[in-house]
Amino acid sequence: MAAAGTLTAEAAQPAGPPARRRAGWVPALRAPKIAIGLGIVILFIAVAVFGPTIYRVNPSSTSTDLLQGPSAAHWLGTTQSGQDVLAQLIVGARISMFVGFVGGAIATVLSLFVGVLGGYLGGVADEILSVFTNIFLVIPALPLVIILAGYLPGKGALSVAIVISVTGWAWGARVQRAQTLSIRKRDYIEAARIAGEGTMRIIFSEILPNEIAIVASSFLFTVIFAILTEAGLAFLGLANLSSWSWGTMLYWAQSDSALQVGAWWWFVPPGMCIALVGAGLSMINFGIDEFVNPRLRSAGISTSRRPARPSRGQSGRRR
Amino acid sequence: MRYVTRRLGFYLLTAVVAITINFLVPHLMPGNPAQILIANFRGRVSPAAVKSISALFGISHAPLWSQYLTYWRQLLHGNLGISFSFYPATVASVIERSLPWTIWLVGTATVISFVVGTLMGIGVAWRRGSWLDATVPVTTFFSAVPYFWFGLVVVYVFGVVLHWFPLFGGYSSGTTIGWSWSFMASAFYYSILPATTIVVSSIAGWLLGMRNMMITTIGDDYIVLAEAEGLTERRIMLAYAARNAILPSIADFALSLGFVVSGAILTEIVFSYPGIGYVLYQAVDNEDYPLMQGVFLVITLAVLAANLVADLCYGALDPRTRQGG
Repeated sequence: MAAAGTLTAEAAQPAGPPARRRAGWVPALRAPKIAIGLGIVILFIAVAVFGPTIYRVNPSSTSTDLLQGPSAAHWLGTTQSGQDVLAQLIVGARISMFVGFVGGAIATVLSLFVGVLGGYLGGVADEILSVFTNIFLVIPALPLVIILAGYLPGKGALSVAIVISVTGWAWGARVQRAQTLSIRKRDYIEAARIAGEGTMRIIFSEILPNEIAIVASSFLFTVIFAILTEAGLAFLGLANLSSWSWGTMLYWAQSDSALQVGAWWWFVPPGMCIALVGAGLSMINFGIDEFVNPRLRSAGISTSRRPARPSRGQSGRRR
Repeated sequence: MRYVTRRLGFYLLTAVVAITINFLVPHLMPGNPAQILIANFRGRVSPAAVKSISALFGISHAPLWSQYLTYWRQLLHGNLGISFSFYPATVASVIERSLPWTIWLVGTATVISFVVGTLMGIGVAWRRGSWLDATVPVTTFFSAVPYFWFGLVVVYVFGVVLHWFPLFGGYSSGTTIGWSWSFMASAFYYSILPATTIVVSSIAGWLLGMRNMMITTIGDDYIVLAEAEGLTERRIMLAYAARNAILPSIADFALSLGFVVSGAILTEIVFSYPGIGYVLYQAVDNEDYPLMQGVFLVITLAVLAANLVADLCYGALDPRTRQGG
């Protein structure tokens, strides 16, 4: 693969014993990017979990306040049929976040399975698995999700999450394969093998702990992908339109011509939420990247363009 | 040469897999909705058309394998079936009509976004630590924005509020499609907003990729040597660092293109732009399964072709790919 060679993963450098690495995670939490990103994401999770029990307005109940702008009674205004936009936003967070995190989790498990197994086993198994990965990598995701979802009978949140994960695992699998390939050659893996540890034990307790950063980063990336894809599917009308998510809100805003009547309070908030969650997740991601690959840090080296450390010809490259 | 055949073989294999998925999905998904539709359809269309749709959707009692062969035979003859919603038009003709619009819109937008994003990435990496770094979080935010939502906002601001641009469509209804000057001008005018949406939403990927790669490259010894030789900064930046750093960007074109195309589909829907994305929307809206699957196939094959071209460019640019392996 032409591109695979450029994708050698960054965590190749800090591969100390596990105990030292765990201690190494504490400063990561103090990095501003990770802290801000985590703050945003936790806030939205809290809204999804507790929001509807605190803000007790039925998002589907109609009222006579049609297309009202933001006011004291309706903080984010109302829709065409007098529904409260804030209530929809809060309840909608549930499905959007659920599909995002569940879809991301399933895809990450799939990608770990394919990537780590291929990278560790090598040979024909690896060839087959990586051709398989690359195929799913180049088939454009959204059209594939659309035809899968189009035939889906129920279109519940879980089935949408599963469909999304089917198309979202390949990116992570490629990164994890590259990382596993580089770890596999290390002495301590050889030692474990000679000591007679089984394949599963080597994979789970020797290789995976050293890939946590990469796994976390591809999980976060896939969550963003899943949230965006859910929104896109719902916007197309390919979700359960009787339940609320940020995507279905946008669907109704578009089909009830919120744009033409100038109801910006209707379609701006759901998109802002998606973008904020996405930005939060990416910030954590960049933070992790900079933590494992110090060259990407820009703070404190403004006087010199060049970090003091010499190159290892290794690229910490992401998409 | 070996590189070229390998890539060609890989994309052919991918195309076969995509076509097979397209064939299998209606078979494997529980409760085939196409079956109900065809039942409603019978009597309104010719028996030959029903037969061809049945073959495409596997409404047949023949064994799966022979259905698969029939499916391939139909595809190789360019027969994607009949569209339910545009009856009696064939799926192929509906797609053919919409394809030029998408190629123009997505093609221009992708090229602009690649060129501008890469140049910005070079700049941000070179002046690392300056105010330019502030653009990174901004572009992060934009990369997390759903394309279609950004499209909605753009339409609202520039169409509804400011009246600078039309709200939707691909060309003014006063002109007819053709190579006339007035039509081209109108088509260009109508494509500005959707193209801007795609460029702004996709630029961050190129920018960040190039920035990260540049930063890695700048640390290399040959850059130090170039500096020691007293070459101009501009020359080092463009002819030394950027030239090497850009390679992964081209290699990653494949992945990014999938994202851009997916985003562009939804953008077209927001703008009711008469491209293939909007056709897909109409297909979904009318439960027009033959059209839906035809669009999936055409988009996938187009993306594969574009990737092949990008890979060949990469092979031409990077001599390492030509040495075996």
